[in-house]
Amino acid sequence: MSELSTAREIDRSKMQVSDEVAIEINNMNKWYGTFHVLRDINLTVNQGERIVIAGPSGSGKSTLIRCLNALEEHQKGKIVVDGTELSNDLKNIDKIRREVGMVFQHFNLFPHLSILENLTLAPIWVRKTPRKEAEETAMHFLEKVKIPEQADKFPGQLSGGQQQRVAIARSLCMKPRIMLFDEPTSALDPEMIKEVLDTMIELAEEGMTMLCVTHEMGFARQVANRVIFMDAGQIVEQNEPEEFFNNPQSERTKLFLSQILGH
Amino acid sequence: MSDLSFVRTEMLPEKAPPASEIGIVGWLRHNLFSGWVNSILTIISLAAIYGVLSVLIPYVFLSVWNAESLNECREIMNETWGSSHGHACWAVINERWLQLLFGFYPPEFYWRPILSLVLLVVALAPILYSDRVSSKLLIVTALYPFIMPWLMWGGSVWGTVSVAFGFVAGYLVLKYATEALGELFAMIAGAVVAIVWWLFIAGMFVGAMDAILPIALETVQSRKFGGFMLAILLGVVAIGCSLPIGIVLALGRQSHLPIVKWLCVCFIEFIRGVPLITLLFVASLLLNIFLPPGTNFDIILRVMIMVTLFASAYMAEVIRGGLAALPRGQYEGADSLGLDYWQSQRLIIMPQALKISIPGIVSTFIGVFKDTTLVSIIGLFDVIGLTHAIRADTAWNGIYWELFAFIALLFFIVCFSMSRYSMYLERKLRTDHK
Ligand SMILES: Nc1ncnc2c1ncn2[C@@H]1O[C@H](COP(=O)(O)OP(=O)(O)O)[C@@H](O)[C@H]1O
Ligand SMILES: [Mg+2]
Repeated sequence: MSELSTAREIDRSKMQVSDEVAIEINNMNKWYGTFHVLRDINLTVNQGERIVIAGPSGSGKSTLIRCLNALEEHQKGKIVVDGTELSNDLKNIDKIRREVGMVFQHFNLFPHLSILENLTLAPIWVRKTPRKEAEETAMHFLEKVKIPEQADKFPGQLSGGQQQRVAIARSLCMKPRIMLFDEPTSALDPEMIKEVLDTMIELAEEGMTMLCVTHEMGFARQVANRVIFMDAGQIVEQNEPEEFFNNPQSERTKLFLSQILGH
Repeated sequence: MSDLSFVRTEMLPEKAPPASEIGIVGWLRHNLFSGWVNSILTIISLAAIYGVLSVLIPYVFLSVWNAESLNECREIMNETWGSSHGHACWAVINERWLQLLFGFYPPEFYWRPILSLVLLVVALAPILYSDRVSSKLLIVTALYPFIMPWLMWGGSVWGTVSVAFGFVAGYLVLKYATEALGELFAMIAGAVVAIVWWLFIAGMFVGAMDAILPIALETVQSRKFGGFMLAILLGVVAIGCSLPIGIVLALGRQSHLPIVKWLCVCFIEFIRGVPLITLLFVASLLLNIFLPPGTNFDIILRVMIMVTLFASAYMAEVIRGGLAALPRGQYEGADSLGLDYWQSQRLIIMPQALKISIPGIVSTFIGVFKDTTLVSIIGLFDVIGLTHAIRADTAWNGIYWELFAFIALLFFIVCFSMSRYSMYLERKLRTDHK
């Protein structure tokens, strides 16, 4: 798909992968009824990694990252996020959700609240931040995603790209240590994709740990330090972006790349 | 393209439309007489409207306002217009309007229902017009459920205070025990404290306080209640209670806990499957059989409970519709931010579900309010019941239309206001294209 043409060079000074483990997935399996949607997933993500997950539609990418903040429940295996194991314990789930931000394909902003209220809601109710402080943080992040002037509007009055940037800012207001993106640009018109990707690049430059399901291969090349290819509920291969694109190992990866890059 | 001889460089100004297209004539042509079918329909409609108005206007306006009885009315009509038909005898309303409004409530205490109504407006204002009325008035809203019954039924003020105190005590226990016991046990502890207070301590408290400082209003028996006041009383209680109960039932119906879910489903389906009038008969007759003899369980209270349960079941279904209309993404957005179940319900899901359901909710309100007239069938003297009582008086034997027209007007005013308010609210809550 579209190659990114960012004018500026990406600043890699803070994009460092630490030894600290952010996410550890061990032999994780998930079923929808009898349908085995995720098979034996093993994955370790270190703090500061930027991972892009690619794969054909229906391969289980969304399901995988939704398991990481317990929007979906896994049935077998172990997931440890930021040192906390995901189990049925609601306390753990709440703790993990506070540390993990998520950005959805369809933004999932709250249409009955103003942009500012969307951003301050969780800090005020979940983190118990005083309102004033929460509003300052919110304005800070709105400036970061370059739409501070929209603070008092409602989501329905913004363009898709603006809404998605608000959604990113909303997650950031919780000061998460890990960000999950599930096809954040797939619902956007082409001219709005860049503004959202730019925001994500900036986030990467600041050293955020990111897992992105996306078909933006330009973004993967420039920002990711690892690309994971999934098919039929399995991780088929993973590699550094250059290797992944230039030298794919499995036939399925080659087929997928040829389709998506249009060669 | 080179041999163009003339190119207009300036556009001609727009011409004013011909006279036949604007003004009254244009409007008539466009809306009433465009084509011969429409013209015929217009003429027929005009004839029908004329036919109705030519009867209605003399009936309403050439009418008798002062007379002692229906016969006197007819005599006056005969003398004035030469026929006793086709003219209203508003004298009955003139003579009995207070009774139609208040039933047999003692006239020297009329100020009590009137004050209740005024306080109701004050209590509703901060809810209905939250953007224009100070939220400080919410204190009136919170106190209203305790003040209103005291005003209406009278009795010792300490009874009211002790009932209210039970709620306060339960709430305080809930608030301060949540950290130590967890939400569920704190809730149970709060309920236990409140119930123990009401059952065992409140009686002594009231007795003691009455001895120290007796403040009381004269008691008015429930059987004196009636008229439009009764409709408003039942309507306000049923409307006020059915919304929260309906929300709880709707959430319960979606619950993952099977027992909660099935209890809610059974309740909703049972109540919706039974006519209100049956429930009212249960309230008036059957409960007497089941309750231990000698218990004095107020008939109006029983009816209130039945009407409220009835309204709650419908409300639950209306709200469930609103919940179903919300995209899953709203739940996921709330979950992903770490909001817990009650927070996401209160802050994200319910505000939107209720907003979607406003038309249905208000329809239910209006329906319940009008259904309160059914209590006349179990012998309460609401407005409809009073028409029988008035006709039982030989002076007004045989009068129907005037009474029902007056009742219709009363209900129309209230129901129409509710309907307009709901449209105002929908407009106010629109957030997409402001
Ligand atoms: N709630 C569900 N119930 C049953 N099957 C589901 C559900 N959600 C997703 N699936 C199935 O699981 C598979 C993986 O879905 P998903 O993770 O959304 O794929 P991707 O994001 O890679 O396109 C698909 O075949 C999809 O049909
Ligand atoms: Mg997906």
